[in-house]
Amino acid sequence: MFASVVRSVTRRSFSTSRWAAAQQMTVRDALNSAIDEEMQRDDRVFIMGEEVALYDGAYKVSRGLLKKYGENRVIDTPITEAGFCGMAVGAAMGGLRPICEFMTFNFAMQAIDQIINSAAKTYYMSAGKINVPIVFRGPNGAAAGVAAQHSQCYGAWFAHCPGLKVVSPYNSEDCKGLLKAAIRDPDPVVFLENELLYGVQYPMSDEALTKDFVLPIGKAKVERVGKHITLVAHSKAVELALEAANELAGKGIEAEVINLRSLRPLDMDTIAQSVVKTNHLISIEQGWPQCGIGAEISARIMESEAFYYLESPVIRITGVDTPMPYAKSLEQKALPVPSDIVDVTNRLLGLSQ
Amino acid sequence: MISNIVSKFIFRRTIVLYRCKIRMESNFCYTNELSFINKMYSPVIPTYRVLNNEYIQKSPTVQEIEMDTNLLVKMYTTMISLNIIDTMLYECQRQGRISFYMTNFGEEAVQIGSAAALLSDDIVYAQYRESGILLWRGLNFSDLINQCYGNCKDKNKGRQMPVHYGSKEYKFVTLSSPLTTQLPQAVGAAYGLKQMQKNLCIVCYFGEGAASEGDAHAALNFAATLICPVIFICRNNQYAISTPIQQQYGGDGIAARGPAYGINTIRVDGNDIIAMYNATKFAREYTIQEKKPVLIEAMTYRIGHHSTSDNSTMYRSNQEINSHKNKIPIVLFKKYLEQFNLWDMNKEENFINFNKKTVLEAITIAEKHKIPSWEDLFTDVYYKMPNHISHPVVEETGWLV
Repeated sequence: MFASVVRSVTRRSFSTSRWAAAQQMTVRDALNSAIDEEMQRDDRVFIMGEEVALYDGAYKVSRGLLKKYGENRVIDTPITEAGFCGMAVGAAMGGLRPICEFMTFNFAMQAIDQIINSAAKTYYMSAGKINVPIVFRGPNGAAAGVAAQHSQCYGAWFAHCPGLKVVSPYNSEDCKGLLKAAIRDPDPVVFLENELLYGVQYPMSDEALTKDFVLPIGKAKVERVGKHITLVAHSKAVELALEAANELAGKGIEAEVINLRSLRPLDMDTIAQSVVKTNHLISIEQGWPQCGIGAEISARIMESEAFYYLESPVIRITGVDTPMPYAKSLEQKALPVPSDIVDVTNRLLGLSQ
Repeated sequence: MISNIVSKFIFRRTIVLYRCKIRMESNFCYTNELSFINKMYSPVIPTYRVLNNEYIQKSPTVQEIEMDTNLLVKMYTTMISLNIIDTMLYECQRQGRISFYMTNFGEEAVQIGSAAALLSDDIVYAQYRESGILLWRGLNFSDLINQCYGNCKDKNKGRQMPVHYGSKEYKFVTLSSPLTTQLPQAVGAAYGLKQMQKNLCIVCYFGEGAASEGDAHAALNFAATLICPVIFICRNNQYAISTPIQQQYGGDGIAARGPAYGINTIRVDGNDIIAMYNATKFAREYTIQEKKPVLIEAMTYRIGHHSTSDNSTMYRSNQEINSHKNKIPIVLFKKYLEQFNLWDMNKEENFINFNKKTVLEAITIAEKHKIPSWEDLFTDVYYKMPNHISHPVVEETGWLV
């Protein structure tokens, strides 16, 4: 009660000040506005998936769209991921621009053949004659208290495959700008959202609130500038990196935080430039270590000029190498926390903890 | 007594009214008899046929079937052409000139009969045994051969394994090897046609084995619920590689599933090209007018091996194969055309000799063509080539850095 009063008071006081520009928006609303604006802009765009229409989406991302665009463009499907995913792929081949929503990417495994073998490869196999402009989207990665079959990061799985573009946004601006880019993209795009971030509010710039706000796929964003160590992360792990950077700042260590935004293409230039400056690199992700995004970054740094600027090995901070347990105490231990990043940074920089 | 009769009467009336109400609301009906629904309720679906296998003389006359004689001859010559190219490319594979091949022996009528009844702009989602459609639509021998050789003249840039054709010009979507993926895609494409209000349909081919995949269920269910203009043509050729139909399904084939999904269905003799033509034409008229799906199950027999990686005598006898040879569509149709003086031995000999020579020349030329350029390795992965594969070093040396 008290908290809500405080919030409304602060909101009111903000609204009268010049800082009103920094309007807050939840990730959910950012995604919703991106879909809404693109459906308005292009008749060919439609959304399909389980519960997207009458129920407004399992996570309410498609709220209000059925009312606005009708059942021909907001389609509730029977429960068959491979089926509706295949249908969306066919619709994309046939000239429409489908957004295929998975209730979670864990369930997209039932449709992975359509995503990899058809969507990702058809443009190549048809020698450039049939492109598949489709967006596969839904929550990815660890949620809370939903155990092994609902808590897995598929970033590395999809990022492995040529023909796909893979986006893993962090905040509301990321989500809006990148989803709009994904919908407009002529190639298939896998858009990995995070369930725990849907309800979180982030500031939106004036520009991000416009209908023309599109972020480039394949470009990372430096969220915080620093000179002592580079922390590179994607999705919710960006938050961990930023929290760790705050804590490190108190000790005089300036960490540079890179939000990858895209996993394929991977913006190695931004990472390498940062490494040249800081000489230290830590990757942070909630997914598993083996063949993960951190493993890829580490290998690519080894193969590049930036390697010669490293003063310590690249360290990966990841989820533990087990399926996600259910019990809260175990779940917490399975995922990286900011103190892990602080500890590793201290070790790399030779500082006492 | 009277009150008893009255009460019974009233009771019966209320039941009837109640039933009517239910029926109107949700198509339910009730019974007080407990029994299984079985074949007693659903007799074997009949197979539509025009030409009579055993007694060709008793088939309808050319005038009676109301088809243009030139069209009939073109259908026959396309079947023969398909046979010729199959024979030659099969031999090429056996001699190690190409890595793989799949013949169409025995299934020519399903492909060419249906293709002749479609418009050339109707989009085809095929499985892999539908090369005849491409020949019908005008793709020449060289195009097929160059694809199988994967040389620099292959319009698909050496990207796909042999037989996995694709042609935007002839509205033939590039084949996908994983089975049945084309079914839900065809429904999606049909949904696109409907949204764009085009007067065309999607035609989707698949085998009876592919119909066992979950995707087939999803596709039929979607086509029925989203009401899409798509014609599903199942080539029931009795075998999915080595698995006979007795092990593939327990019911009355694929056709029996259509009504269960609420889809208008036809079972047709897939060895009878006229029946196949009529059935497809009938289906097309319906699907274009009503914008609704149709399922056709074409009963045929795979005379050849599944592919060059298969030896079908391991799981079926020569006797069985031979017992089908007098029923094969080419033999049947030839007899029919000869009966009405539309074809004869002389024409046949000339046609075969000429086309064999053409195919042989095309193969000789295909073998002399250069291999695809290394640049073709990197293009078409994305709509716009990304930096990591368009790096100057890649362009100069062909090596990924």
